[in-house]
Amino acid sequence: MSDSEESIPDRGYYRRLQAAVEALLILKGVIAEGDVEKERNAMDARDHHAGARMIARAWVDASYKSRMLGDAAAAAHELGINIGAMRLIAVQNTPSLHNVVVCTLCSCYPRMLIGRPPEWYKSREYRSRIVREPRTVLKELGLVVPEHVVIRVHDSNAEMRYIVMPEQPAGTEGWSETALAELVTRDCLIGIELPQVA
Amino acid sequence: MVQVTDEVAALFCVNDHVKVRFAEPPGHVRIPHYCRGQVGVIERMCGTFPNPEELAYGRRGLPAQPLYRVRFAIHELWANYVGNLSDCVEVEIYQHWLQSMQ
Repeated sequence: MSDSEESIPDRGYYRRLQAAVEALLILKGVIAEGDVEKERNAMDARDHHAGARMIARAWVDASYKSRMLGDAAAAAHELGINIGAMRLIAVQNTPSLHNVVVCTLCSCYPRMLIGRPPEWYKSREYRSRIVREPRTVLKELGLVVPEHVVIRVHDSNAEMRYIVMPEQPAGTEGWSETALAELVTRDCLIGIELPQVA
Repeated sequence: MVQVTDEVAALFCVNDHVKVRFAEPPGHVRIPHYCRGQVGVIERMCGTFPNPEELAYGRRGLPAQPLYRVRFAIHELWANYVGNLSDCVEVEIYQHWLQSMQ
C-alpha cells in the first residue's frame, strides 16, 4: 500500500509551532543546535530491514524463534540490533491466526526497530476501523483473510510495541536468511500483507 | 512499621475475567474509549509501569501500576459484527482501570 498524506488542517501552524519550540529549547540549553536534525536523520536511517532480519532468523532457527516469541527485545539485541529501551512483543501468525497491529490512540509503532510509521498507519480511518471491522479494512488493503482464520488486532496503546511474525511462505525451504529477509516487507511486520514469493 | 513500596501488587492472573472501568476523567488517559465498561480476559502481564496519567503532568507516576494485555471479543465490542466470533482485539490496560469479575 502506498503512503498517502493525510490532510492535516493548517499544517503551517504546526510547522511554526515546532520551529518556535525548537528555538526555545536551544535558547534554554535543553538541546543543542542541530540535535533535532540529527535525531530526524537517525530516524530516517531506520527501516524495516532490521525487523525482517529477525523474522528470517526465526524461520531458519527454531530456538531463536522461541526466544523471540518469549522476549522479542532480547532477541533483537541478540542480533546486534539496538532498539534502546523499547519493549517489544512478536506475535506469530499460524494457519488459523492472523495478527495485525494498530495504535488507536496515536501512532505508537516500533520505530527503534523498523523506522517511522507510514502515513496511513497514523490516519484516523485506519486507527478507528481496524479494531471494528478488521476483515473489511484488510480486504481494502488487499489482504483477504479466510473466515476460518481468527484475526487478532493488537492495540499498541501503552507501553509495548509489536511486530507480526508471518509464516514462512511455502517453497522457500532451504533459502538463505538473506533471501528470506527480502520477502519480509514493512507491511508484513504490521500485518496488512503476507510475504510473497515472486 | 509501614512498608513503603513504589509499585502496586498485581491483582490479576492470566485468564482472569476483568471489567474495564467506565469513566471519563480529563487529562492524558491511555485507555481507549471502545473498551471502557467492557469485559475481557487477561492475556498476559506486561510488568509494572509509572502511571502515564500522572507522568503527563510532570509527576513521578508512583506507585507504578501493573499493566496487562486484555483480550476482548470484537463481536462483544461492536454490534452487528460480521466475522469469526473468535476475532479479538488485545489492549494494554493499567490495573487501576480494571475491576474483578469474581
